[in-house]
Amino acid sequence: MVETLTLQVNGKEHTVDINPETPLLYVLRNELQLNGPKFGCGLQQCGACMVLVDGEARPSCRFPVKTAVDSEIRTLAGLIKEDGELHPVQQAFVEEQAAQCGYCLNGMVMSAVSLLEKKQNPTEEEIREALAINICRCGVHSRVIKAVTSAVKKARP
Amino acid sequence: MRKDRRMFVQQLGCLSIGFSMLPTTTVLAESFTVAKEIERNLSKESVNAWLEIRENGRVLIYTGKLELGQGIKTAVAQIAAEELNMRLDLIDVQMAETEVTPDEGFTAASMSIESSGMSIRLASATAREILLKMASESLNLSKESLKMEDGNIFGADKKTSLFELLKGQHIEGKVDENVEIKAKTVRKYVGQPVPRSDIEAMVRGQSVFVQDLRFPGMLHARVVHPPKYAAKIIQFDEENSKNWPNLIQLIRKDHFVGVVAEKEFEAIQLAEKIGGQIKWDSGQNMPEQKELKNHLKNLPVEEEVQENKGDVGQSSKTMVSRSFFKPYLMHAANGPSCAVAFFDGTVLHVWSHCQGTYPLRRTLANFLEMPEEKVHVKAVPGSGCFGHNGANDVATEAALIALELPNKHIRLQWSREDEHAWEPYGTAMIVDIEASLDTNGRIATWDSHIWSDGHSNRPNSNPNTLLPSRFMNKDYGHHGIGYRGGAWRNAAPYYSVPNLRVTSHMFLGPLRVSSLRSLGTFTNIFAIESVIDDLSEKAGKDPIEFRMEHLDDPRAVECLRKLQDKIKSISVIENEGLGVSFSRYKNETSYCAMAAKVSVERKTGQVKVQKLWAMVDAGETINPDGLKNQTEGGMIQSASWALKEEVKFSSKGITSLNWASYPILRYPEIPEVEVEILDRVEQRPVGAGEASMAPTTAAIVNAIYKATGVRIVSLPVDKELLKA
Ligand code: FES
Ligand code: FES
Repeated sequence: MVETLTLQVNGKEHTVDINPETPLLYVLRNELQLNGPKFGCGLQQCGACMVLVDGEARPSCRFPVKTAVDSEIRTLAGLIKEDGELHPVQQAFVEEQAAQCGYCLNGMVMSAVSLLEKKQNPTEEEIREALAINICRCGVHSRVIKAVTSAVKKARP
Repeated sequence: MRKDRRMFVQQLGCLSIGFSMLPTTTVLAESFTVAKEIERNLSKESVNAWLEIRENGRVLIYTGKLELGQGIKTAVAQIAAEELNMRLDLIDVQMAETEVTPDEGFTAASMSIESSGMSIRLASATAREILLKMASESLNLSKESLKMEDGNIFGADKKTSLFELLKGQHIEGKVDENVEIKAKTVRKYVGQPVPRSDIEAMVRGQSVFVQDLRFPGMLHARVVHPPKYAAKIIQFDEENSKNWPNLIQLIRKDHFVGVVAEKEFEAIQLAEKIGGQIKWDSGQNMPEQKELKNHLKNLPVEEEVQENKGDVGQSSKTMVSRSFFKPYLMHAANGPSCAVAFFDGTVLHVWSHCQGTYPLRRTLANFLEMPEEKVHVKAVPGSGCFGHNGANDVATEAALIALELPNKHIRLQWSREDEHAWEPYGTAMIVDIEASLDTNGRIATWDSHIWSDGHSNRPNSNPNTLLPSRFMNKDYGHHGIGYRGGAWRNAAPYYSVPNLRVTSHMFLGPLRVSSLRSLGTFTNIFAIESVIDDLSEKAGKDPIEFRMEHLDDPRAVECLRKLQDKIKSISVIENEGLGVSFSRYKNETSYCAMAAKVSVERKTGQVKVQKLWAMVDAGETINPDGLKNQTEGGMIQSASWALKEEVKFSSKGITSLNWASYPILRYPEIPEVEVEILDRVEQRPVGAGEASMAPTTAAIVNAIYKATGVRIVSLPVDKELLKA
């Protein structure tokens, strides 16, 4: 049941031989060696595995890879510009030191990027809602809210 | 024969750890030192156990602790940088690894700075003095005329690098306990909010976590855990199971079952399919959840009086008598436990996010009946753990599998359900307090009784501290209650109380337990601070004033006074409340005064924590931003414990198996947090990672009382009680 699939990930085409039912998460982590998306629950409850599917943040842990072939996938590493410059949201996470263990960081960055792509000037409440799926056990939420707010401000001075 | 580490590295032609090429905190988890061939003096008195001057002019610091999100890596680099007057980017830090770093036990109890950090401080300062002395001889200049900076020593118009000076040798010498500490006066690096560089590695999606390890030809494993504690396999057609496509190996050891596949998703599916065919017996009986408090109180106990002064039996008209309950709580790491194991035919290598590499090695070696020196454990960061979680257990399971498949890297990550169901929880506790006031409105008597299971069953050489020992036919025995002291941590009030008695009642409860952030302090302070609030009300005093009147420690008073200033302009409307609390962690380390503002929706009983304020004194501050980050995290985690968390179980076993059945606080409910630090350079630095846990919950329940008049004595907060 292995099939050859072609995926568009971070602006590049990748061909993988894989069981098409495999959740996208495992293909990104293991076949494409991308560390951003993490396994947290496999149940779409925690947001650790978020990626952008056609610009929309979605958990990848139950998303069969076969349904991703026609979409543009972006991961955490794909937010970085070619010259190494970080996305404003990534930059804001560094500036606000918005991590402890950092396991949740991927999901929070992806949810925030997706929100900012849809809404240029979200309120704090909208930021909180957009990140509601993202579990953080270390309690860095308040820093993340600050980071996202500051990324918003920088984008619209 | 003593073999020089540097020589060894040169002979191999490669640097075992390519630190020189990389930023300070990039984790090169894949690389591992061939530990058995290195002979450095790892005794803690020896300077070179802690640091090494590298050829490239950099300094490598060795710590037996692990980065668990507490920022220890940056903090120890700051400490060393200060004493060596060296830029931070010239300092690398090697975390815990057997035979490479000193044996520092566990990364636990907020002790990383107090123990490892202070050893590194003394070792670095001693190294500085030794190097300056060597330079003074070699340059023929007085020691006082020399200046050390960024890996060089300058004097008159001469200069030497530290490496040249050592001519390839280690710094030989004993750590001098009385050496001058620059951090107390200079503070160029220490005391500064230095950003953690690993956060940038994380946002770039670099390999940081044990979960990110990849090795050529690595295979993926999953395990089939029993449906309940102590359940045994009664039927399993192994031969038939071996026919599943994609199965590379089925490992069965008594009641332990593991599957190995090339692809991770295959391993997950195989574990589900094969697991579904196993029949188990009924396992351990569980008490009724709603009867838990009674059940625990009726278990056989070992009773001991921990403190006894004066006479608590005096009668008084103004008494407060309450019984507090805290349920079992989970660590519930965001990333389920994970390990990689590799058996090369002789040595077993294990990459683990465990809190202690040496203790895991000893225990693992005993369990696997291997000589200790044939087990090599390297710590690699995992998801924030907050105590003893599944890290050691998953490492043991990966090892069991790797031994069956030599020369293959085996990566095992637990499922969400494995993590929720099998991690050792923080024990449920009951604290009963009876306290009274004298006629002047001062506390006269305080009598407390604590019911608790143990608070640590970390790997201690006995295999029964590792979960997989429970799956074997061989009876390793129960690990018993384990560390008891955690139960009465902070049980004696820090306030002056003339007549005091503290009695512990230790039981062996129905659920697997070990250490969880702040141990018994959480429940003891929740109870004490609630009773103090009651007493202050009875005395007709402001709760902050009442506390200050009962504290003889000026640092404690200052914390409260500053908090008082901070919140004096906060006003509340109907159904809102402002509550306060105070504790000094372990009654001897960090001070934390806390205020909480809550609002309660009386129709639904829904509590919203609007804002939390903390005033923290952790002695000398190494990194104020790191300290704030940990304090904020503790406040948010504690608010989650208070409002949401409770491990649920039934006759079917543990039923809190994921984030739906074990909800924690999420973004829409997260309070605003504000932390202020009182830096006390002259004091020793103490850990603060746990200090905010207990005061937060205490301040929240006190605020709920102010808002509603309802005293919460049982956690998590029951909305039904707040409906009106
Ligand atoms: S791992 Fe996908 S939501 Fe948790
Ligand atoms: S920083 Fe550890 S889970 Fe969020």
